[in-house]
Amino acid sequence: MGQDLIEPTEHGLYCAAGDFYIDPWRPVERAVVTHAHADHARPGSHRYYAAPSSIPLLKKRLGADTRIEPLHWQHRYRFGDCEVSLHPAGHILGSAQVRVGDGHRVWVASGDFKRGDDPSCEPFEVVPCDTFISEATFALPAYRWPAPGDTAQAIHDWWQTNAAEGRASVLFTYALGKAQRILAALRWLTPDTVYLHGAAVPLTRIYRQAGIAMAPTAPVSERDSSDGFAGELVIAPPSAHGSQWMRRFRRPSTAFASGWMRIRGNRRRRGFDRGFVLSDHADWPDLLRTFAETGAQRILTTHGRADELVAYLREQGYRASPLATAYSETGEAD
Amino acid sequence: MERFSRLFHGLDSTTATNRKLALMRDYFRDVPAADGAWAVYLLAGRRLKRLIGPSRLQDWLAETTGLPRWLITETREHVGDLAETITLLMDADTSGEPDPRALHQWIDEQLLCLRDDDEVTQRDRVVAAWRALPPDQCFLFNKLLTGGLRVGVSQTLVERALAEATALPRTVIAGRLTGQWQPDEAFYRGLFEPASHDEDASRPYPFFLAHPLEESAATLGAVDDWLVEWKWDGIRAQMLVHRDDVILWSRGEEVITAQFPELREAAVSLPAGTTLDGEIVAWRDGQVQPFFQLQRRLGRKRVGRQLLREAPVAYIAFDQLEAEDTDCRDRPQWQRRESLAATIDTTADERLMLSPLVAARDWQELDSQRAAARENRVEGLMIKHREAAYGVGRRKGAWWKWKIEPLTVDAVLIYAQPGHGRRANLYTDYTFGVWHGDELIPLTKAYSGLNDSEIRRLDHWIRRHTRERYGPVRAVEPAQVFELAFEGIQPSSRHKSGLALRFPRIARWREDLGSHDADTLAQARELADGIAG
Repeated sequence: MGQDLIEPTEHGLYCAAGDFYIDPWRPVERAVVTHAHADHARPGSHRYYAAPSSIPLLKKRLGADTRIEPLHWQHRYRFGDCEVSLHPAGHILGSAQVRVGDGHRVWVASGDFKRGDDPSCEPFEVVPCDTFISEATFALPAYRWPAPGDTAQAIHDWWQTNAAEGRASVLFTYALGKAQRILAALRWLTPDTVYLHGAAVPLTRIYRQAGIAMAPTAPVSERDSSDGFAGELVIAPPSAHGSQWMRRFRRPSTAFASGWMRIRGNRRRRGFDRGFVLSDHADWPDLLRTFAETGAQRILTTHGRADELVAYLREQGYRASPLATAYSETGEAD
Repeated sequence: MERFSRLFHGLDSTTATNRKLALMRDYFRDVPAADGAWAVYLLAGRRLKRLIGPSRLQDWLAETTGLPRWLITETREHVGDLAETITLLMDADTSGEPDPRALHQWIDEQLLCLRDDDEVTQRDRVVAAWRALPPDQCFLFNKLLTGGLRVGVSQTLVERALAEATALPRTVIAGRLTGQWQPDEAFYRGLFEPASHDEDASRPYPFFLAHPLEESAATLGAVDDWLVEWKWDGIRAQMLVHRDDVILWSRGEEVITAQFPELREAAVSLPAGTTLDGEIVAWRDGQVQPFFQLQRRLGRKRVGRQLLREAPVAYIAFDQLEAEDTDCRDRPQWQRRESLAATIDTTADERLMLSPLVAARDWQELDSQRAAARENRVEGLMIKHREAAYGVGRRKGAWWKWKIEPLTVDAVLIYAQPGHGRRANLYTDYTFGVWHGDELIPLTKAYSGLNDSEIRRLDHWIRRHTRERYGPVRAVEPAQVFELAFEGIQPSSRHKSGLALRFPRIARWREDLGSHDADTLAQARELADGIAG
């Protein structure tokens, strides 16, 4: 076999044949960015390439005057000796897998991805390839997600129970992606307005501008707080938990929506009243299903439970090895 | 079964003590007695005799799920609990019908019967239960199969809930829950009966607590107004001597008599109708022994003969609360002390002692005695006003504790591993080293002392500065220095450093120091020598 098409370097994953990086963690000349979460989209590079629906989110994160070229879904662009195309990864709005072909072989760098229903972003596309670079955030068999619709219903039920007791419901979740996914699902369950922490307001606005239908929202700061938000649902980033900001809510019930909530110890440790299992990453069965569907013979794993996944895949007859990257190991970090 | 499962998950999904209390109280009030007895038994932390070993359960889980055995082990380590691991790996396959049987019947037919089965039948029954039970009940089943429930309620909280359900004092309930009992209908009914006279007499007085002395001792006025004693390094306990029984109550109002049979034996020689307050200490050759000797005696249901020989204890009495069946807590300190001295005089048993007074002409002299406290294996001084009554709770001005400063050492973080259960996803178990030449020798582990945001920040750092991994343990770059505080240090052949620390905790993250500013093993040894000498 020849040299690898994509290799880890000290700046990030690098494709020498096309002279570009994928989600570099240090500034480079040309960066193809899979999605707008902070551990994948880092500032300082000269020129970025991303899916069109990712660009407003990236500009919000990296600065309005950042140079970002759109790469339209499925369209093949020439980079040096390679053809490069983006395909939806189903992680958040505009999240992409990067397909790289040099005429002899096809590699796919998937970034973060998931297979579960999500009305707030483009659904995952299976891209046939020889080598698949996968995240491994939740790569243990204990991680298997309930149907997202059931989780949305459970969140709604929790909110209604609290409302009946005159309490506010504060749901902590990542401000980019998960918050909008929940809002999109709640739209089918309630006509009521959901209140947003300031961190989620501009991102939610960008989703609406992209045509994503969601439950009606308003900023927390624009509502009179004299009744302690009795009966309301509020969405906030986890960093707001335990902060001064929480004082405006009277006897709030708190919950956290995350894949980590699958484990009882995590639910108890974080000190929330409830934990809802909802993740924007693939669970164990979906990781394995995806590898099989792409037809890849070789799997390279990035952040997360890479060691266990690699050992398991080797037993299953794959060529598998871990790639050293600097993406967030706890995933969903934002 | 279903009702208990709901109670369990109610308890498990709240962190509010009052909420847990209300859930248990409501359950206890109207549950059928045969089920209530099992609920008390399990919630109070008692467990079924182990029915099947964890390794065999993991074998069956591997066979049933088709996953490799090593991956089952890895998953269990990540999840932190075998019962939960089984539940998480099986919950896609369960049929989801709740089990309709009553709790006591279910425990009999689903769990206790396994004891008499051969291995093949055991396996069939267990796997069938995994497949049949909905996740909540499957988890409960696995918990009981592998040990206790551990749902974040203490024995004391269970006692409080029962106290509310029965309208009896908690300490009466506590008395009824000690010792041997069977979780059956008769036992549960008995919990609801009115307290007998003997039971009332068996309850401890509320412990009177001292305030830490933070200002200069001179602010207390004339030294002659105060009675000064050593602050013993043991566990506080009230000793109730009745005509035919002796009860030891810990500070947490738990009955600990069974853990100290020799003290019960010794106390029989005291006059009946006596209640003393004092400290249980490890004791040998006329001297207090380090606390870790006493630790070996704690948290056990029964104490074997060998342990009694290896870790002997004594009771150092410092107050008398009841004499000849009369409450004397309102009498002044000096009078109670005289009465106590007379009581101790009536016995020749050397395991019962009077806490001696520390004499001094002025505060300065006391301060220098306090400084020497560590050599005498005490924690500092207790300063009690001569006229003070034995109060309730922590009241300022009557009793003061004047502790010695903790020892400290600056050490380098060298290994980290994830915590368990609550902290399964964070690197929170740290090992610290000190320099020996240009090598860092592990000195101690420490878990507590950082706040949540520091823990998260350090976790983040650890993940990015890992040099090597051995299973769950990461060796990290030697860069982060921490000031560790501890109460004692002594030679130990079990540690590579040759030293063992007592109560080590993180005092401060010294981000101002580089790794080469940390202390050396020789410096740590000097601390140990200083105490021994």
